[in-house]
Amino acid sequence: MSFLKYFYENLGEIGSKSVEHLEMTLISIGMAVLIGVPLGILISYIKPLKKPVLGFANLVQALPSIALLGFFVPLFGIGEKPAIIMVIIYSLLPIIKNTTTGLINVNRETLDAARGIGMTRFQILIKVQMPLALPMIMSGIRIAAVTAVGLVTIAAFIGAGGLGFIIYSGIRTMNNFKILTGAIPACILALLVDGLAAIVEKLVTPACFKNKKKVKFNAEKQK
Amino acid sequence: MIEFKNVSKSYDKKTVVKNISFKVEKGELVVLIGLSGCGKTTLLRMINKLIKPTSGSIYIDGKNIEFTDEILLRRNIGYVIQQTGLFPHMTIRKNIEIIPRLQKMNPTKIAQNSIALMEMVGLDPKIYLDRYPSELSGGQQQRIGVARAFACDPDIILMDEPFSALDPITRCQLQDEMVGIQAKYKKTIVFVTHDMNEAIKLADKICIINNGDIQQFDTVETIMRDPANEFVTEFIGRNRIWSVPELIKIEDVMITDPICAPPELSVLKCIEKMRGNKIDHILITDKNRILLGILSAKKAQTCADKSVSASKIMNTEFISFTGGQSMTDALETVTKENMSTIPVLKGKELIGLVTRSSLLTAISQQYIGETEDKV
Repeated sequence: MSFLKYFYENLGEIGSKSVEHLEMTLISIGMAVLIGVPLGILISYIKPLKKPVLGFANLVQALPSIALLGFFVPLFGIGEKPAIIMVIIYSLLPIIKNTTTGLINVNRETLDAARGIGMTRFQILIKVQMPLALPMIMSGIRIAAVTAVGLVTIAAFIGAGGLGFIIYSGIRTMNNFKILTGAIPACILALLVDGLAAIVEKLVTPACFKNKKKVKFNAEKQK
Repeated sequence: MIEFKNVSKSYDKKTVVKNISFKVEKGELVVLIGLSGCGKTTLLRMINKLIKPTSGSIYIDGKNIEFTDEILLRRNIGYVIQQTGLFPHMTIRKNIEIIPRLQKMNPTKIAQNSIALMEMVGLDPKIYLDRYPSELSGGQQQRIGVARAFACDPDIILMDEPFSALDPITRCQLQDEMVGIQAKYKKTIVFVTHDMNEAIKLADKICIINNGDIQQFDTVETIMRDPANEFVTEFIGRNRIWSVPELIKIEDVMITDPICAPPELSVLKCIEKMRGNKIDHILITDKNRILLGILSAKKAQTCADKSVSASKIMNTEFISFTGGQSMTDALETVTKENMSTIPVLKGKELIGLVTRSSLLTAISQQYIGETEDKV
């Protein structure tokens, strides 16, 4: 009971920190998509680049996030900036990887037909490859988004704010209630972001891949 | 018109197309046929520059395609491939209209055109235009493939084994429809297949390819009747011609030296001659082998005065064939008219004879010939 009371009393702070948290997550994921998707497209076209790019993204992911933050402080100072950069770098791998895999795995005969009927490379990318790879790309973004919510929590160590700030101050004052008031919303936020991404995923999935039965049913009704 | 001039293609050291030259005339449907890996698809894909020849050049309407923009070139050439050629994420309408839309054609015209195309391939536009390819059967998908190829009304259409993944009945239907469409629209079509029956059904000309080289390029009829070499014979099947009896001419199966008698020969002599040769009809001809009439053994036997000349009692009203008629005609006539002996004429001159037994011998050749080959 006393926890709920504590939680209730601090609702204002939780709210503002949650918004901060979400803001940082969305900014970094947005940036990661803007960087990762084109990079993924690039390496699907220029095969020799694939290994070094994916290798680098892999390597970065293997680095401990706290160490990376440490590196960034002398470069970018403290606050939100280095935190966002760190999250972007961490999110790149699933986005790049899923983008290339999605693009490369588009049926070769479909691409052959696209070329054969006279579409330019760019038209093939935009009208055929991207729509068909989109479910794969979205699932990469979804993984990245959920991971990002967790990563932003750590960013509190370099003064970036967010729900991590509440957890961090809870640890330092040995206040378990405080830790929980940061951790629980962070958890909920992660699920929320995942749900949000799932909705976006559904929206962008070409009609042929989803609700096949429903579409068929409608078609039969028309008959 | 498409013309290949000394075209070769090699990958690393392997040559898949060896110095090929041939011409496809306007409005012709040419089938490229051969075993898998013989280079037929490579040849086809060179026409729309999906593959570039290692040497030699290809001309379309006299223009070397090497110097034509490949996007423009492809948009003026229809292209149909096996099943998966449709874009799964687009409705049928979008699939058909993709190139016209990219070319920014008038939207109302595009829409009208799509309806016309759907009708051409025998699918109800109201039901199918807004469906996705996955909701259609394989045969229907292939019809859409054909419709898409016609969308820009190209002069040339390339078809790469379009029907080979379909079940035999659907395949047959589509082939029939293709014949109808081609008869109506007269496009220049290059069609790749490995199915000889399909080739016979569709082709104006067949180009048989083996190991990257043309073995024979000719009309269906010439290839069947006169295969250029052993490979062609093997490939079309030794007795393939029997599956299309329309191609067998009466002059191929007739008896070329029928027993004849001059008109002044007496009936008695005629009877003897027939008996001697074990035949029941004798042809009465003059010195120039002009056929005057036919005398049957029955009629000769029942004739009271056997010393009169044959011309007096011979039958002067008879059915005859010309050498160019097909064997099916002969079979039909023999069965329908219940005739056992039908002369073959060139003008009025007798050149041969078809009898029930000569037809039977001809037909049985395909079986007996085969057994002899095996021994």
